[in-house]
Amino acid sequence: MTDLAHIRNFSIVAHIDHGKSTLADRLIQLTGTVAERDMKEQLLDAMDIERERGITIKANTVRIEYPAKDGETYVLNLIDTPGHVDFAYEVSRSMQAVEGSLLVVDATQGVEAQTLANVYAAIDADHEIVPVLNKIDLPAADCERVAEQIEDVIGIDASDAVRISAKTGLGIPDVLEAIVQRLPAPKGQRDAPLKAMLVDSYYDSYLGVVVIIRVIDGVIKKGDRIKMMKTGGAYPVDRLGVFRPQMEDIKELGPGEIGFLTASIKQVRDTRVGDTITHEKKPCAQALPGFKPAQPVVFCGLFPVDSAEFEDLRDSIEKLALNDASFSYEMETSAALGFGFRCGFLGLLHLEVIRDRIEREYDIDLITTAPSVIYQLHMRDGTVRELHNPADMPDLTHVDHIEEPRIKATILVPDEYLGDVLKLCQDRRGIQMDLTYAGSRAMVVYDLPLNEVVFDFYDRLKSVTKGYASFDYQMIGYRQDTLVKMQILVNDEPVDALSVMVHRDRAEQRGRAMCEKLKELIPRHMFKIPIQAAIGGRVVARETISAMRKDVTAKCYGGDVTRKKKLLEKQKAGKKKMRQFGKVEIPQQAFINALKMDD
Amino acid sequence: MNAEDWRDGGFGLYIHWPFCQAKCPYCDFNSHVAASIDQERWKRAYLSEIRRIGAEVPGRVLNTVFFGGGTPSLMDPDLVAAILDEIRATWPCANDLEVTLEANPTSVEAGRFRGYAQAGVNRLSMGIQALNDDDLRKLGRLHSLEEARQAFDIAREHFDRISFDLIYARQDQTPAQWRAELREALSMAVDHLSLYQLTIEQGTAFGDRYARGKLAGLPDEDNAGDMYFITQEICEAAGLPAYEVSNHARSGAESRHNLIYWRYGDYAGIGPGAHGRLTIGGQRYATDTGLSPAGWLQQVERTGTGEATRTALRLTDQAGEYLMMGLRLAGGIDLPRYERLAGSPLPSNTLEDLQEMGMVQREGPVLRATKDGRAVLNAVIRALLPE
Repeated sequence: MTDLAHIRNFSIVAHIDHGKSTLADRLIQLTGTVAERDMKEQLLDAMDIERERGITIKANTVRIEYPAKDGETYVLNLIDTPGHVDFAYEVSRSMQAVEGSLLVVDATQGVEAQTLANVYAAIDADHEIVPVLNKIDLPAADCERVAEQIEDVIGIDASDAVRISAKTGLGIPDVLEAIVQRLPAPKGQRDAPLKAMLVDSYYDSYLGVVVIIRVIDGVIKKGDRIKMMKTGGAYPVDRLGVFRPQMEDIKELGPGEIGFLTASIKQVRDTRVGDTITHEKKPCAQALPGFKPAQPVVFCGLFPVDSAEFEDLRDSIEKLALNDASFSYEMETSAALGFGFRCGFLGLLHLEVIRDRIEREYDIDLITTAPSVIYQLHMRDGTVRELHNPADMPDLTHVDHIEEPRIKATILVPDEYLGDVLKLCQDRRGIQMDLTYAGSRAMVVYDLPLNEVVFDFYDRLKSVTKGYASFDYQMIGYRQDTLVKMQILVNDEPVDALSVMVHRDRAEQRGRAMCEKLKELIPRHMFKIPIQAAIGGRVVARETISAMRKDVTAKCYGGDVTRKKKLLEKQKAGKKKMRQFGKVEIPQQAFINALKMDD
Repeated sequence: MNAEDWRDGGFGLYIHWPFCQAKCPYCDFNSHVAASIDQERWKRAYLSEIRRIGAEVPGRVLNTVFFGGGTPSLMDPDLVAAILDEIRATWPCANDLEVTLEANPTSVEAGRFRGYAQAGVNRLSMGIQALNDDDLRKLGRLHSLEEARQAFDIAREHFDRISFDLIYARQDQTPAQWRAELREALSMAVDHLSLYQLTIEQGTAFGDRYARGKLAGLPDEDNAGDMYFITQEICEAAGLPAYEVSNHARSGAESRHNLIYWRYGDYAGIGPGAHGRLTIGGQRYATDTGLSPAGWLQQVERTGTGEATRTALRLTDQAGEYLMMGLRLAGGIDLPRYERLAGSPLPSNTLEDLQEMGMVQREGPVLRATKDGRAVLNAVIRALLPE
């Protein structure tokens, strides 16, 4: 156990690609925490998807031992948090477990929207913040300007920002010194009853649920009987340890320390982030305030392409849910797609991550239906219903009005693209709340309907600004608007999985766009296929896929039989990846791609 | 009964000559350009293969022989004569034995036409491909239009039955141009034409260019479709209706050899890369040979067989092959024959759908693809092939 004065707990705040994971790697490397031969890029990102996309999804911790210039050895605990807006809530929770943050800003890029959101979370958690300017080895680095920007936009002193290149290792020792010298040591009482915060938990197929904890007061030892104060569960501690970043057993964890425990907990759902862990026999007097569980904001249907794989899909979703309490699911039946699940996610990235994992780790081809937000239906009888799925929209005669979730979106963008960004936001029914400048970059704040953002807003934003804009948002509540359910009919039959809620004024445009997209996405058949968008019984847009005109092998003689037959059989098998609606085969990706707008 | 299924299609022999003077950029057939060819050595190998296959399927009446390639008009007439002699000595031949040879219309090759006729070739299939010099060059052909016409006239002197090939839906070709070109072809008083839509095959020069986006001006599906239907209309009006997707003939002038493929008869394949379907001891096999000319020669010389693989075909596979090949014919397939092979009839709901869409027609025991159905035959077959 380490005494409080020799502990520093911190997190790293950064925009995606500003070098957070690389810096973490360097800190681990320089302190010899991981042997050189075991180094690989982005040590803390455990999942393939994290490594591939260069994002962090789950919070990770690592304990580093650092002999400082003052001759003392310090224990540094880093909690690495997700940077993406979908996981903003997790970030704010993890921040509560540490006393300080490194604010990493790319010296060639400056402050971005995600930086802002995360640094405000750090400020809210009363963190001491050490600004770090990264990528100073690049010719485009402009430390003075970026430091000024940090002061202007965020309002913290950046005069003594640490200047580094995480890539080359330049300045890393200064970061370690700054952590020791400038971040506060944790506070806590060794003699007090155990009070520890449940920071996060995950499922490991060998160990069961692994719980990451931060001890506030008291001491926890292997074999102790512990109690979760909120959920009431009591368990014996089987194993106690720290991450370096591999698991390493430790005898005890005292005040200020961060580590993990396992305690024969069956599923992640039995643990609640923010819960207080104490001793069963001698509990602490007052629990930590705790957190609200993260609420899904985006819903979509997941259906197996091959309906025979429904049970496999159920199995995979249940397993994933064990490790991710923020992901919800319930069975859904679609006339078009058969049996599947309506799933709730924290955002689109979260949706994509879960979908990718099901397809990859469980080898199930999925049809993902249009993402939807939660609408509040105010019924004529005074009750309020939540609508997660446009297909469940009740008869309008019973509905008094509909409310939709709105967000406050913050976008930072170079001046030259401002016009395009404003147009995009206006097109998406946005209301401008603020427009300020920081140097040559504009910061716009918009009040936007979540349903206009949830699908492809970020893609569009990236495309109209050539990737120079950054974006973050937070929910601000519900507001009434004229929303209608739009149905898509393919070959005169409604395909429920393509139904969407749209604003009345945008319905024609959206309907036209969806019909045009579907015309591209659905291959020609032997007959012509009408595609219509309709509101109630009224058709608002229509396209026709003309019949296949020619598809025949020109030459087919004795030597071609084997090859051509194999080819036709392969094509036929490929059609199994499509879903049959009446006589029309719709490719699986059409359900999502039909919504992508090229506006 | 299935053991003798091949008899409904007949028995033919395919001889593959794998050499060309130059490789055409669209061609994905097994052809090679060689500096010199030892025709004596090839003769020994071909004769040895004929004897080997003769021993496997003895006593059958042979209906057709087809010299394909490559460019078989590069073969010495003596070589062709020796092969035909050996064939006649091996199998009883039908009185109307059809012997076709593929020829390129260059002056050099035209000089050999008389020799081929004397050897016993009675049908010539000429690769003319286009009726203007610009397009002939683009297609990598070594002959001019004038040369092709002269070769055609020489062929007329020696053969009663001549067919020629044209390729359409070429780069920058308009439906109107094709209409005119096709009329001109028909005015040459042929009784058989093979009219192929240009197909971009992987592994060809055109395929590579296409992949790199360097093959411009190809017609889209609708334009290519127009040209296909123009072809049907003009040939039919001229008395050469399509008897198969890409083949048009006056009644009685059809390629009997190719009909064996489409009627799913038996055929032996001799030469590098030649495929066969042979029923031996009641079991139908798919056979093939190695693609490399030198490798095939050596294999024949050393092991006494040019065969590379022999795969016993399950009855359901045979049914699928019969379906795929047979529906190419205007005459269609015989449903009871299909059912005997498949062990079950074609799915009736799919058939009904296809009938309703006007893609297929049933007439007693016969199922045929309609004109519209033949244009999208791959889709029709995909629908009918078992899962």
